[in-house]
Amino acid sequence: MSAETLILLALGVPFLGSLFVLFSGPGSANVRDGITVISAVILFSIVWTLIGIVDGGARPSVTLLEMLPGLSITFTLEPIGMLFAGIASFLWILTSFYAYGYMRGHHEANQTRFFFCFAIAIMSAIGIAFAGNMLTLFVFYEILTISTFPLVAHSGTDEARRAGRVYLGILLSTSITFLLTAIIWTYVEAGTLDFREGGILAGNAPVGVIGVLFGLYIYGIGKAALMPFHRWLPAAMVAPTPVSALLHAVAVVKAGVFSVIKVSVYIFGIDTLATTGVSTWLAYVAAATILLASLVAMRKDNLKARLAYSTVSQLSYIVLGAMLASNIGAMGSTMHIVMHAFGKITLFFCAGAIIVFAHKTEISDMHGLGRKMPVTFFCFFIASLSIIGLPPLGGVWSKWYLAMAAVETEQLIFVAVLMISSLLNIAYLMPVVLYGFFGKEKSAAVHAHDGHDDHHAPPDHPMLKHLTFGIKGVKEAPVMCLAPIVLTTFGCFALFFYADRIRLFLAPVFGG
Amino acid sequence: MSFIETHISVLVVIVPLIAAPFCILLRNSVTAWAWATVVCLVTMALAVQLLQQVWLGGTISYDLGNWPGPWGIVYRVDELGAFVVLIVAALAAIVLPYAKTSIEREIPKERHYLVYCMLLLCIAGLLGMAVTSDAFNLFVFLEISSLATYVLVGIGQDRRALTAALRYLILGTLGATFYVIGIGMLYQMTGSLNMTDLATLLPAVQDTRTVHAALAFIVVGFGLKLAMFPLHFWLPNAYTFAPSAVTVFLAATATKVAIYSLIRLIFTVFGDIEPLETYNLRFAVIILAVAGMFAGSLMAIFQTNIKRMLAYSSVAQVGYMILGISIGNALAMAGGIIHMFNHALMKGALFMVMGCVMYMLGSVKLEDMAGLGKRMPFTAAAFVAGGFSLIGVPLTVGFVSKFYLVQGALLAGWWPIALLIMLSSLLAIIYVWRVVEMMYFRSPAIGHGQMTEAPMTLLIPTYVLLAAVFWFGIDATFTGDLAMAAAESLLGGSK
Repeated sequence: MSAETLILLALGVPFLGSLFVLFSGPGSANVRDGITVISAVILFSIVWTLIGIVDGGARPSVTLLEMLPGLSITFTLEPIGMLFAGIASFLWILTSFYAYGYMRGHHEANQTRFFFCFAIAIMSAIGIAFAGNMLTLFVFYEILTISTFPLVAHSGTDEARRAGRVYLGILLSTSITFLLTAIIWTYVEAGTLDFREGGILAGNAPVGVIGVLFGLYIYGIGKAALMPFHRWLPAAMVAPTPVSALLHAVAVVKAGVFSVIKVSVYIFGIDTLATTGVSTWLAYVAAATILLASLVAMRKDNLKARLAYSTVSQLSYIVLGAMLASNIGAMGSTMHIVMHAFGKITLFFCAGAIIVFAHKTEISDMHGLGRKMPVTFFCFFIASLSIIGLPPLGGVWSKWYLAMAAVETEQLIFVAVLMISSLLNIAYLMPVVLYGFFGKEKSAAVHAHDGHDDHHAPPDHPMLKHLTFGIKGVKEAPVMCLAPIVLTTFGCFALFFYADRIRLFLAPVFGG
Repeated sequence: MSFIETHISVLVVIVPLIAAPFCILLRNSVTAWAWATVVCLVTMALAVQLLQQVWLGGTISYDLGNWPGPWGIVYRVDELGAFVVLIVAALAAIVLPYAKTSIEREIPKERHYLVYCMLLLCIAGLLGMAVTSDAFNLFVFLEISSLATYVLVGIGQDRRALTAALRYLILGTLGATFYVIGIGMLYQMTGSLNMTDLATLLPAVQDTRTVHAALAFIVVGFGLKLAMFPLHFWLPNAYTFAPSAVTVFLAATATKVAIYSLIRLIFTVFGDIEPLETYNLRFAVIILAVAGMFAGSLMAIFQTNIKRMLAYSSVAQVGYMILGISIGNALAMAGGIIHMFNHALMKGALFMVMGCVMYMLGSVKLEDMAGLGKRMPFTAAAFVAGGFSLIGVPLTVGFVSKFYLVQGALLAGWWPIALLIMLSSLLAIIYVWRVVEMMYFRSPAIGHGQMTEAPMTLLIPTYVLLAAVFWFGIDATFTGDLAMAAAESLLGGSK
């Protein structure tokens, strides 16, 4: 099959999968979940093949249709996008398994709508990753926003409805007011919206316009959660945990920062950013976001909320890297997409396992829980180390490159920011593990069921039963949830050793 | 050339005009409806043929009764005219199949044949306005369509419709009278009523007080007819209380044709004078347009009657169109023109949804729509899809319009206008989302839990129109090229 066919197939598979899910009927939950898993596996194998093709130096491109005269929906593969697509599609497989365990363990309603929207969201993420011009990226960006809204408001409670309003309100209004204006303005100035190496604006627009445009782009991409437009991300945490894990730690937020990198590299060009200096003030905004969000995270007792603010902070690492206007910085950013994805999805998987199988959402209620769920808490520990950026875990490399870029551009203050942030990461992630393993269990907390009934607890299915490993006092999440957790934790390790392979893959874009 | 090809520009008007009285002869509700539907389908076919001929062969000029202009009446159809003809004819052809079920529910049986007769007259009038190149003939068609509209608005059972119709009658007549006064003044100065002829004669007298006054009368007159803010007061009540099918048709076509006529007068009749430049009107018009965009959307946010909410949204959308034609470059003009088409599709679809709701619930109040997502899933989904287009989400036609408009504003160097366009679409998010939340996240009142979907005869036309909303949103090359060609020929003519 030609690369062009594969590109269309990569978009078609999750789309068809979503349609199958929709029409599989309420009575056939196994068929529905089977379809999700199969689509995920097929999608990943397609993306993997395409990664090989791009690694070989090819840049296949396919135009789907002409949307406006002169502007088309076009997909063009390049390394940054392939990396993002690879991550999203690979983690979709694990999340499908995890979601299967979680949604049934949690007795969620409307599962068909859930899996349908989920598949559409994945399709949009792939569309964003493959986008060959800014119009295509924008179209899929908006589809992603709209398809994830039902996932956020999933439970339909007052709280979920309010959160959905914040989510949609911020993401739609930033993208329409700022991003779309910036895109049309770029088109007026440059006469094209194609992603090209070295950017399309250099020499086509006065510096003042470039500065305004850059600001519009970076704030228009609300999914990058740069302060003060970050509120939607914590709000989105009312969604079921698989959504938080894959979408609000990987697909959606990474689509945002990926767009930031893409815009910086292919619309403006790193050199243009460096010579005009239009990105400097945004580097400071990103640095402030890194620190402030970490501080907020420390004050959150709800585990998912804490992880959400941690994500806000980590996303700004990626934005910061792009704003430093150096190739190493942009490379560090791109790498951090991968590293953070594996670390954060593990943390969310763990949080979800704790919610469903121990019925705990607040960190202060989790004292001693580590002895009951040792594997979960150990994985949480490892993933935390990766987020903090300690060897031998993947997270160290991206931070390394980011710090190097700060040194190279002689902006040492950002090195300091990165180091302080690492300390803050320790301060808000380690207590969870410490109290989990060594804290004294509160007797009152045992009966806190968080509105759930133990009679409902795991259904009588071998894949959904609590694991005990034959040790007394251990009541670990079932294999359906635990296996993905262990695998992503293993991923954090593996990335430490394969970071250079990623660097080589990205070399055509960033040099070196 | 065949008979149809030769006489195409007059046929599109004459067919519905002659067909209208037959509805009265037929009397019977169903036969009158069937007759009107067939006529509309034929008109639609003629409109497609007309557009094709203009697109391939250029502007068509037709001397009525072989009396050559400027003494005889000349019909002149260019790209823009053919586009507007298509908008009216296509909407009519979609509304009529829908109308039967809706009208049976909302209007007493003995008046049905009158509705169809008036609809055909209204269509004939609107089409006539689009094809004529004679300023006085334009007035005649304007009155034909307006009189039919007054009847249509007031023909339902809701007694409030009568006051709405009366108000519309008074303001509409005022508008038409203003227009005819303006034309009279032009005739006094030039001795001609033929638009092409006027265009060549006017520059010689462009600095006279009479011509200034004539322009003012014409702009205000049509400003009333097209509900340009702040002359929009007749519109919300008329749309709210008219029978659903009538609202669909009026909202989709009537204001568009009035805007078309205004474009025709400013850019063809006064084209060589460039009135927006010469008389320093551009800025004033832009301010009115932007004020309309915001006032309309803000008013929409506070409405509890959804038909009225959509009516106020129309006031805002008219603002977009006026903005497009007043910025003064081809892209913005194309944006205004393409929005005429796009807005006809989406507002038509949304009012059709309201017709479905009215049919099932007998009310279009916001609070009565609670839980509609469960009770009428297809209707509710249609509203969401149409709402996306009002907001301007990509892949809908609303996005295409906005893309052109903002491009035009930025090209003219007016970035604050571009920003205002975007901000006003945020207001659309608010008023659309109020309804979406009510439909999907509120439980229905007790006793309204079961699913009761609107009949297929209402849903199918709604979905046909929605399909068009997405079709022309995903592939806007046809409408884009057409609007661009029309815009360039309008602005090129003024050079």
